[in-house]
Amino acid sequence: MSGAVVAEAVTARQHVRWRGWVRFAADLGTLLCAIVLVLFVLAALWPQLLTSLDPLAADRALILAPPGPGHPLGTDEIGRDVYARIVYGARSSLVLGFGAVLISLFFGTILGLVAGLSNRVISTITLRLTDIGAAFPELVLAILILALFGGGLATATIAIGIAGIPYYVRVVRGETLRVRTSTYIEASRGMGLSRSTVLGRHLLPNAVRPVIVIATIGLGGATLAGAALSFLGLGSPPPTPEWGSMLSNARNFLTLGWWAAVFPGLAITLFVISTTVLGRRLQARLEGRG
Amino acid sequence: MRTTWMVLRRLGVSLITLLGAATLTFFALRLVPVDPAFAILGAGQQQVEISPEVLAVVRQEYHLDEPLIVQYFLYLGRLVRGDLGMSYVQEQPVSQLLAAQAGPTVALALAATLLAIVISLVGGVLTAGRRLPSWISSGVELVLASTPVFWLGFILMLIFAVWLRALPILDSGDLRSLILPALTLALPAAALLLQVLRQSLDDALEQPFILSARARGLGTLAVTVKHALRHAAVPYLTMLGFSFGALLGGAAITETLFSRPGLGRLLVDSVASQDIPVVIGVVLAGTAVFILVNTLVDLSYGLVDPRVRETGRTSVEPTQAVGADAEHTDAERTDTERKEVVA
Repeated sequence: MSGAVVAEAVTARQHVRWRGWVRFAADLGTLLCAIVLVLFVLAALWPQLLTSLDPLAADRALILAPPGPGHPLGTDEIGRDVYARIVYGARSSLVLGFGAVLISLFFGTILGLVAGLSNRVISTITLRLTDIGAAFPELVLAILILALFGGGLATATIAIGIAGIPYYVRVVRGETLRVRTSTYIEASRGMGLSRSTVLGRHLLPNAVRPVIVIATIGLGGATLAGAALSFLGLGSPPPTPEWGSMLSNARNFLTLGWWAAVFPGLAITLFVISTTVLGRRLQARLEGRG
Repeated sequence: MRTTWMVLRRLGVSLITLLGAATLTFFALRLVPVDPAFAILGAGQQQVEISPEVLAVVRQEYHLDEPLIVQYFLYLGRLVRGDLGMSYVQEQPVSQLLAAQAGPTVALALAATLLAIVISLVGGVLTAGRRLPSWISSGVELVLASTPVFWLGFILMLIFAVWLRALPILDSGDLRSLILPALTLALPAAALLLQVLRQSLDDALEQPFILSARARGLGTLAVTVKHALRHAAVPYLTMLGFSFGALLGGAAITETLFSRPGLGRLLVDSVASQDIPVVIGVVLAGTAVFILVNTLVDLSYGLVDPRVRETGRTSVEPTQAVGADAEHTDAERTDTERKEVVA
């Protein structure tokens, strides 16, 4: 065996080993993200399971106490437990994230199907309207809606949901066009299946599946936008614990107690990372990679 | 000739989109379930005492006694003249308020865009085609893209202003106080740009012409800079235009966080004081700039990529759409479509 061949074989083996490690790390990462997501959903549904403390109880003797026994993540500017507020805050943030994505997904799918399946005139009108919606920067559009219709969790959810619609319209339309011209749809038409059967049984599931993946990734973006709106004072009203408004309060006490600002932000980041990683993993699965 | 036609057509589409955005805001104001005069005065939600004189002024200024369609065209006519109405809190024309606040926001946006471009270009060139650096970089990108802008601002404040005492925490008017806000805005944008750039660089590095360049003895870095970068230009520019929109929303957050003056702060303050004419003014101005930037991005494709000039298509066009939608030329490619390509 010549030296070159041996060297090549060694590189190949190293390559395999490297690939193995990457896959292991990716699997581990996915598992961690799934655990994080389950914990957040638990916190949103049954916060009492994760903490026995009251998120609204203010201990005036312990204002801005650093992390330590009793208060693992410290206390905020009026002596409330930061950990308990993060746990209870999951509900507002998740309701907003899921709610907004469902709104975008629902209307985006309907409009996208209309744009993909109807005649040229209706399709063009739908797309031009979508363009107008997309011409507004998303967060700016959400702020406009909130300015006109008032703040609060419900309006913020609807505002972010509406701002996200144009993106889903485009994706669903693209998928519909792709699926519509594929051979299996042609085949099912050729078999004499009715229009509604082809639409409901074959076209819709295939066109919508990639969109579900995008919605999973979009969950993180919607949660970020929601936190941004509460940070600007347009989301849930106080004293409801909410990640964005916790940060907004803590902003004035940054030099006195960094923990009150750092940990709620860490919660948002962890949540968004988890949804993004799981979404990408789903996407890879769907596209036949990994 | 064909290029001129394409440019004109693209500009036309942008104008129609802008008109549509103005129309949408006009009718949105009428959707509020109260008397439009009350809505304009910001009394849509709260019960505020408004004197009949003020109401009469608003009714006259917005021609609220005319039919809706007449109001609409009067509104468009005023927009064309740059008249955005009066602020009822600051008692000044909205256009004057906008002009007064535009400077700091433009400076912030330019600084952030420049930083994002530098970070992403350096990062992309250094990590593309290299396994371990790519891997580390994509981890950092994931974290930065998942971080709330305002939280990132906190962390930067804590590190550079509170712990290291290297930079001022709040706006002091000099250039040094621009660094932290610009970095806060730039990092998430840089992360997204870097993701797109490295992916297209990696794709380009697989091409046969790269192999021939390598065969001539060029190293990875030289090949990336001299040959692959040009191929990554179109998706990169697309992402740049797209992230500019996030920048406008991000300016509202960053300016509030760092107590800087600017359009974003004006927007947030006006929402709080329910100064609806100002809110609409800032939103329309921001949207106009966003449309303009995306139009320029679209028009630049032909400059950076000769293939677009030849065929009217970009290399990033999703292949799935080609068969079904062949009549769609590049000039017609619009904002959402490009977002789709990016995703």
